[in-house]
Amino acid sequence: MEVDTAAINTIIDKYGKDKSYLLAMFQDVQRQYRYLPKEAIQYICDRLHIPFSKGYEVATFYSSLSLTPRGKHIVHVCLGTACHLRGGPNILDSFERALNIKRGGTTENGLFTLESVNCLGACALAPLVRVDGHDYGKTTPGSVKKIIKEYGEPT
Amino acid sequence: MIVSIGQLDGIAAEYKQKSRVYSKIVKICCGTGCVSSGALKVHEKLSEFIKAENLSDKVLLKKTGCHGLCERGPIIVFGDDEILYQTVGKRNLEDDARLLLKTIQDGTIAENLLYKDDDKAKRYVSPRDIPFYAGQTRIVLSQNGIIDPEDIEEYISLGGYQAVHKALKADPMEIIDWIEKSGLRGRGGGGFPTGTKWRSCRDASGEPRYVIANGDEGDPGAFMDRSLMEGNPHAVIEGMIIGGYAVGSSQGFIYVRDEYPLAVQRLLMAIDKAREYGLLGSNIFNSGFNFDIKIFRGGGAFVCGESTALMSSIEGKTGEPRAKYIHTVEKGLWDKPSNLNNVETWACVPHIINKGWEWFGSIGTPQSKGTKVFSLVGKVKNTGLVEVPMGITLNEIIFKLGGGIHGSRKFKAVQTGGPSGGCIPGEYLAMPVDFDSLTKLGSMMGSGGMIVMDERDCMVDVARYFLKFLVDESCGKCTPCREGVRRMFEIVDNICSGNGSKGDVEHLEELARAIQLGSLCALGQSAPNPVLSTIKYFRDEYNVHIEQKKCPAGVCKALTTFIIDPEKCTGCMRCASECPVTCISGEKKKAHTIDQSKCIKCGTCYDVCKFDAVKYE
Repeated sequence: MEVDTAAINTIIDKYGKDKSYLLAMFQDVQRQYRYLPKEAIQYICDRLHIPFSKGYEVATFYSSLSLTPRGKHIVHVCLGTACHLRGGPNILDSFERALNIKRGGTTENGLFTLESVNCLGACALAPLVRVDGHDYGKTTPGSVKKIIKEYGEPT
Repeated sequence: MIVSIGQLDGIAAEYKQKSRVYSKIVKICCGTGCVSSGALKVHEKLSEFIKAENLSDKVLLKKTGCHGLCERGPIIVFGDDEILYQTVGKRNLEDDARLLLKTIQDGTIAENLLYKDDDKAKRYVSPRDIPFYAGQTRIVLSQNGIIDPEDIEEYISLGGYQAVHKALKADPMEIIDWIEKSGLRGRGGGGFPTGTKWRSCRDASGEPRYVIANGDEGDPGAFMDRSLMEGNPHAVIEGMIIGGYAVGSSQGFIYVRDEYPLAVQRLLMAIDKAREYGLLGSNIFNSGFNFDIKIFRGGGAFVCGESTALMSSIEGKTGEPRAKYIHTVEKGLWDKPSNLNNVETWACVPHIINKGWEWFGSIGTPQSKGTKVFSLVGKVKNTGLVEVPMGITLNEIIFKLGGGIHGSRKFKAVQTGGPSGGCIPGEYLAMPVDFDSLTKLGSMMGSGGMIVMDERDCMVDVARYFLKFLVDESCGKCTPCREGVRRMFEIVDNICSGNGSKGDVEHLEELARAIQLGSLCALGQSAPNPVLSTIKYFRDEYNVHIEQKKCPAGVCKALTTFIIDPEKCTGCMRCASECPVTCISGEKKKAHTIDQSKCIKCGTCYDVCKFDAVKYE
């Protein structure tokens, strides 16, 4: 795919072309595309004069980066300890059934991507779900469909 | 630009003068927990009412950081701890906002927003009387929930940045002395003496030096650092300036998890403000000392909480740890002397400088001084953040502050120390909570996660959970951790799915020893702890899984069957309507049955049945 080099240049320059901020640059690119296109990795590596293999290593090491396109809305089901004990796995299960995708998958209409996360730090409200940065506390299998509805139809 | 103590005092005095025009101060908790419970909507609605009543110049409506009692959010506190309202707006936003307005206008207390005991026999007006708060000693969290984290002047009005001024007048060695004498130990989990670390960094050769705040709070079940960074970011910055001066560094870094966007935003804002006021930058307080801070966001890798991995991540590389025969205080970030402390440790520093090491050392136990913030979560009634003096018993935290176990179930264990810690059973609840006692029990203090479990929690499943977590999070650099933890997971997973065999537990113990001895970093070295501690205290439970193929807690799906007792079932249809796979059938007022071929064993029916009619075996 073609990437918007002007936008990526702005990101690179924002961090003063400092290699230390490679992860931050990737995160900013991901914020624009909702995933990290391979072409963007290549472009950033070229501009920072680092081998593509180094950039790819960083891009695949950190779990918050995704190399595959993701849906419009990203559903994060927290599976931290408190959420695990208070039924987090059942919530994930309910999302999988309601969206008809597995963890890591994207609905066919490209509206939802379902991911699990190892702790969002709002443990007192377990089990927690975060959709596009918006938190839902004390969720139940029954509330899953309601949450999805706020964002649209899965199919 | 603030260059003298006079100017700092001036800002404080001016701020206090300014706040005097308000006859009422209302503090709305806008921590992550309360926001997700609807705090912003309450704020909006109440602002609207205040405006409509022309009270805007008399009432100060303030967005504060986390108050701690997240379970009962949104929390609102009036004035100086005069009234605490809980679950505001949960029933009816409009009605509750009117009640708030009434309290503002004529002081009428809204009875149904007050905190009450379970049996509703006792209600509490002031948070000072609520057992959850009354049992705490708040030092690090003392300003959390009081100040607006986005207002540097309010922080200054409460004595903020006085410690920096005091420290810059002293000799760096003197400050290291104070910190050493205070007995402060690392709050991130290891418990290493902070003063000793600072001294080693100062003594190491090489320039420049760096100071780093570790805000990569990856332990699942812990959110103390998040609340601090969001609720009182200047406290962390102030501690770092002092630390930078003591070790001879002019550059600080704060490494924050990517999962904490609000913390990043608040810290960035606080750093900008501190620069604007001349409290960061060159020649702070005309002392000749320069210091500035940069923020780094993590990428969702648990291992980056380990110091060498974190530094590698700041360098723009993958977060892989290295062996530490050369300590990071000598060769850390870019091979320069680097002093890394946890966010909470940094936030302790200004208090020690202001009130003296003797004061700090008078709190806690001989070996563990001061207080510790815990995130009390899981199956406890009052979930949230508590700050308690070291040496307090687990019993006090869980049953007095936490109010005991949720519902009618019995306490089973408390998990501390995250994936590096262990599960502590009921017979040790009288143990004091300090660095050394918890280690003796086979767990550890860790960063402060305290997850309470009841009899519906399976200890083998908990071990399986942590192993799965660690398999996912192992960076893969060293073999014992990468392969060993995976193998342990496979064994425990087999046990949970009914395929365990005799000798599995012994095999786990053997593997655990090898992983502890052979792993490169603390992640691997401590990875077997959740398994070893559950084997130590709950060996019987492992045996029942292996020999009888049963899960006594009814958690392991392959070993559990849910059934409805026709004698007890009233046919209320609650379970049938809640069942996510609609595998429960039956007519109204007649006994229901579960279609076992469709049942996914989620236990929802068991949890929702009010007549104890659902059983598992």
